[in-house]
Amino acid sequence: MGSVVRCDRYPYVTGSSVLGIKYKDGILLASDTAGCYGSTVRYKSVERLKRIGDNTILGASGEISDFQAITNLLDELITEDWMWDDGNKLGPFEIHNYLNRVMYNRRNKFDPLWNSLVLGGIKKGKKYLGMVSMIGVHFQDNHVATGFGNHLARPIFRDEWKEDMTLEEGVKLLEKCLLVLFYRDRSAINKFQMANVTEGGITITEPFALKVNWELEAFRNPTKGAEGSW
Amino acid sequence: MSSIGTGYDLSVTTFSPDGRVFQIEYANKAIDNSGTIVGIKCKDGVVLGVEKLIPSKMLLEGSNRRIHAVHKHAGMAVAGLAADGRQIVGRARSEASQYLSFYGEDIPIKELCDRVAHYVHLCTLYWWLRPFGSAAILGGYDRDGPQLYMIEPSGVAYRYFGAAVGKGRQAAKTAIEKLKLSEMTCREGIIAVAKIIYEVHDEAKDKAFELELSWVCDESNKQHQRVPADLLEEAKVAAKAAKDALDEDEGMDAD
Repeated sequence: MGSVVRCDRYPYVTGSSVLGIKYKDGILLASDTAGCYGSTVRYKSVERLKRIGDNTILGASGEISDFQAITNLLDELITEDWMWDDGNKLGPFEIHNYLNRVMYNRRNKFDPLWNSLVLGGIKKGKKYLGMVSMIGVHFQDNHVATGFGNHLARPIFRDEWKEDMTLEEGVKLLEKCLLVLFYRDRSAINKFQMANVTEGGITITEPFALKVNWELEAFRNPTKGAEGSW
Repeated sequence: MSSIGTGYDLSVTTFSPDGRVFQIEYANKAIDNSGTIVGIKCKDGVVLGVEKLIPSKMLLEGSNRRIHAVHKHAGMAVAGLAADGRQIVGRARSEASQYLSFYGEDIPIKELCDRVAHYVHLCTLYWWLRPFGSAAILGGYDRDGPQLYMIEPSGVAYRYFGAAVGKGRQAAKTAIEKLKLSEMTCREGIIAVAKIIYEVHDEAKDKAFELELSWVCDESNKQHQRVPADLLEEAKVAAKAAKDALDEDEGMDAD
């Protein structure tokens, strides 16, 4: 056995938040397309939402190279599953479980994959939305977010998410939260993608921008009420 | 062409005085006794068909698959010892997977064939290994279009327009030669392969058989898959009709 090396690695190129919600017909995921190199927004066209098989979508924040490694692993998994040709396909729950084991085992070796993953999908009518963190913490919910999304988007979800939203309502809700993230998260850019998975299949939109308004009252005197800021 | 190889046939590492390796020839005999498998290359893809002999009524329909996907774009039909065939398919799968992870591209069919043939040949070089008792017909679709290869237990592999091994290979090969493959689409090819397999199936010697058909073509999005159920039914019906007509012509009883 080799010497135990402490490899709490540092992330180099990172993606910011990913948002996910369940709606009437399936799951919606959203993220921006920025890859930050520390405080520099270095890459502006990073696709952080990927399709896995026919019925699952994966979004990742954190280290982009680790996300690429994860998608390679999942592609192999899906191909192997496809080759069985036994009438059954891996669903979002199974893939989530697989990812959970991968993340947890890496964490135990002190060599984590530095990602927070959002996994959404639908199999045989059953919707599924879950999250796995880099230390292997995992859970399912009606709406999830990673990183800054937890602080900025989830309160909005808690107020405004409701059961069985239509696609339009879901998109509107996500766009609202994406806008808030763009205003307040320094590693976010105004270039977003949305992924939609229903029984009919998966669509990932081309990158789009949202209309921004910097004239809002809240931006006029940003430090009002914050003692000691400049 | 059976000859007694007394003394020279005990090990795969022994040549006979007339330059033959008997163990490999005996391996081929295992394949000659198995159900026929057929592969043809049509103008838009490859069709693979297997006459899967069913030894017992207790077997579930659709089990004991003889055609396996090797990767998204390629598949293999195996004849001979089923377990040996599974090993070959397993090796082909890991070669394809490793190539993809190394080069980032789907393995070209020729390359896949080379690798599998090397592996099969490997097992003919050492006294502590035995040759594979199966042949594999590999069909796939890559940048250079659809291709068909066959790998034999000796490790030899050639590229074919049409190939057949197993019990009814002589009759099957004759039937394939009559086909105009360069003008045929895979849809027509499925019917042709089904007809050939029904034709070469010997009702007297073997009881029941199940037809397994797969294709990889433009219509299947260049992916290897089992022929869709409706087309499979169509093919079976056409093949049965052709066989019945043939039996009538020859004045044979249907049973």
